[in-house]
Amino acid sequence: MSVAVATLEHHLRAARADGRRLLIPYVMAGVVPDWLDLVRGAAEAGADAIEIGLPFSDPMLDGPTVQQAAALATGRGARPRPLLDSLAGLDVGVPLVVMTYANVAMTLTPERGVGGFVDYLAAVGVRGVIVPDLPLEESAEYLARASEAEVAAVLLAAPSCDDERCREIAQASSGFVYCMSSMRITGERADLATTARETARRLKGMTDLPVVTGFGISTVAHAVEACADADGVVVGSAFMRMLVDGAPVAEVVDAVAAFRRALSSAGG
Amino acid sequence: MSSRVLDVSATEVSTDAMRAPDAAGRFGRFGGRYLPEALMPAAKAVEAAFREAWSDAAFTTEYRRLLATYVGRPTPLTECARLSEALGVRVLLKREDLAHTGSHKINNVLGQALLAQRMGKRKLIAETGAGQHGVATATAAALLGLACTVYMGQTDVRRQELNVFRMELLGAEVVPVTSANGVGTLKEATNGALRAWVNETENAHYCVGSTMGPHPYPWMVREFQRVIGDEARAQCADRLPTAVPDVVVACVGGGSNAAGTFAGFVDTPARLVGVEAAGGSAVDKGKLGVLHGFMSHFLQDDDSQVLEAHSISAGLDYPGVGPEHVHLASIGRVHYTSVTDEQAMRALKLVTRTEGILPALESAHALAWVVDAAATGELPAGSTVLVTLSGRGDKDIHQIREHLR
Repeated sequence: MSVAVATLEHHLRAARADGRRLLIPYVMAGVVPDWLDLVRGAAEAGADAIEIGLPFSDPMLDGPTVQQAAALATGRGARPRPLLDSLAGLDVGVPLVVMTYANVAMTLTPERGVGGFVDYLAAVGVRGVIVPDLPLEESAEYLARASEAEVAAVLLAAPSCDDERCREIAQASSGFVYCMSSMRITGERADLATTARETARRLKGMTDLPVVTGFGISTVAHAVEACADADGVVVGSAFMRMLVDGAPVAEVVDAVAAFRRALSSAGG
Repeated sequence: MSSRVLDVSATEVSTDAMRAPDAAGRFGRFGGRYLPEALMPAAKAVEAAFREAWSDAAFTTEYRRLLATYVGRPTPLTECARLSEALGVRVLLKREDLAHTGSHKINNVLGQALLAQRMGKRKLIAETGAGQHGVATATAAALLGLACTVYMGQTDVRRQELNVFRMELLGAEVVPVTSANGVGTLKEATNGALRAWVNETENAHYCVGSTMGPHPYPWMVREFQRVIGDEARAQCADRLPTAVPDVVVACVGGGSNAAGTFAGFVDTPARLVGVEAAGGSAVDKGKLGVLHGFMSHFLQDDDSQVLEAHSISAGLDYPGVGPEHVHLASIGRVHYTSVTDEQAMRALKLVTRTEGILPALESAHALAWVVDAAATGELPAGSTVLVTLSGRGDKDIHQIREHLR
């Protein structure tokens, strides 16, 4: 197994082996001037990896909060290349996983396509990548290059996937499998979707990779409930809303710590 | 319901020179299906349903019955005597403006609405720019008893208020789409519709309005629109000593009326010309990228952000173009060019005054190329030119008035 994949996957597997529920906060890169402090703070507050969103003008899967976060970032002049460059040398002690859309991945280095994007991530020390609109059928080149460049390519599974599809996704994914909690775009919701635990349970029966549930994990109670089946959670909109509403980074770090405490006291 | 499923070889025969895309939904390297996993089963289900329906005589018979008895097909081919005299070329118009709801959009929408019904969906979701596709979708939904939600950029809601009212009158819900960094046009409307589709895949069919979006939409929409080209081809054969015109012209936003028109002539010697808006000429000025589920050319900056297109015509201000058009450009079969708002408006006035036909602003772009190409000699005197008049200008009347003031 490659070094970087081992780093993300081993990191998460090792945490899971300790009985820990995995916590992966999402941070839109550039959302506030001191967003890198949030990345550092979240790691110190007990994140097991950090998902870093690169802003894109047309985010198909994102709800209003993440859209606003992206608009804040781009409004401040944040652009994918400088944002990635600012991650180089940033050692926060946990793996960073970049999430963006296919157009950014394909055109960041236009002459080299998605392969160039993966190499760019590797060069700045990013350990994983999520491109939700690169489904299995379109991702052969991307997956091959990610494997060579030692960047884990995390694929998403949705409640609409049948068992065969889930199995294919779990097989092709590396680092972890991202379990979409419901058939909804990102955003906070009152209750954990009924499909969340069921989908995670199905995936757990198919793969030994960590299964991490995201989309709509809005409260510590949701996180604890989701982790009854999944190995961990991604929390995005709940944290980004705080920043969009003007909360300082320290407050968001406190919120990350609260999720950590809840997951740990729930037996993880 | 027929259990026959159209295989790829049969499809290639039926679509002749503008062939079906490959198994991955590509025309050359363009097209594909770049969707989040949550939408993959829905897109695959649409493809399976279309393949099955398109080879089922019961489906195509019902579709053609509606085209004849509801849409008013065939639409006529109008000889433009006074315009021809003014330009020195023989101009024939394929009159999609005379189709029910006032544009070619209804051809595609009825096909997709029947498909939605066949798939057991109870609702249509659509995006619209100028409102023509929204009106057509609301109309088909009313006809077939389906619910309908139309996503429309906030700016377009304002500048196409008459069409918004028409949609609401037809029973559709119109949802204005805004985003913090957008300008409220078709690109954002499409984002809104796609997000709604993620949230409602079980009950709703996404009725894409042009030859864009993930596979099978670019192909399926072209097949539903090829009735324009097939009819025009037969009408030209009856009318012209040469059987086919020298040049066939259509405007291109996403590219559905052009794809439908070209499909009828792609295997003839006719020169094919697609006319984009200067502020939205994605074929020429766009860069390879992925948006709204497909790979094509899109207007974008050096930081991978998709730009807003700008056109006086809300129907042409999409920053991308259907994948098959980029493919047709890349193999040299269709020549794509663009005209400015001013050129389009001059042509609109000329055609209105000489022929008593008020074209939609979109169609005025195709006419503008003819007017200017006749003047520069790019269209030799005496040439025969077929122009698809994709829609009528009533919907644009406020904007036309503002522009001319």
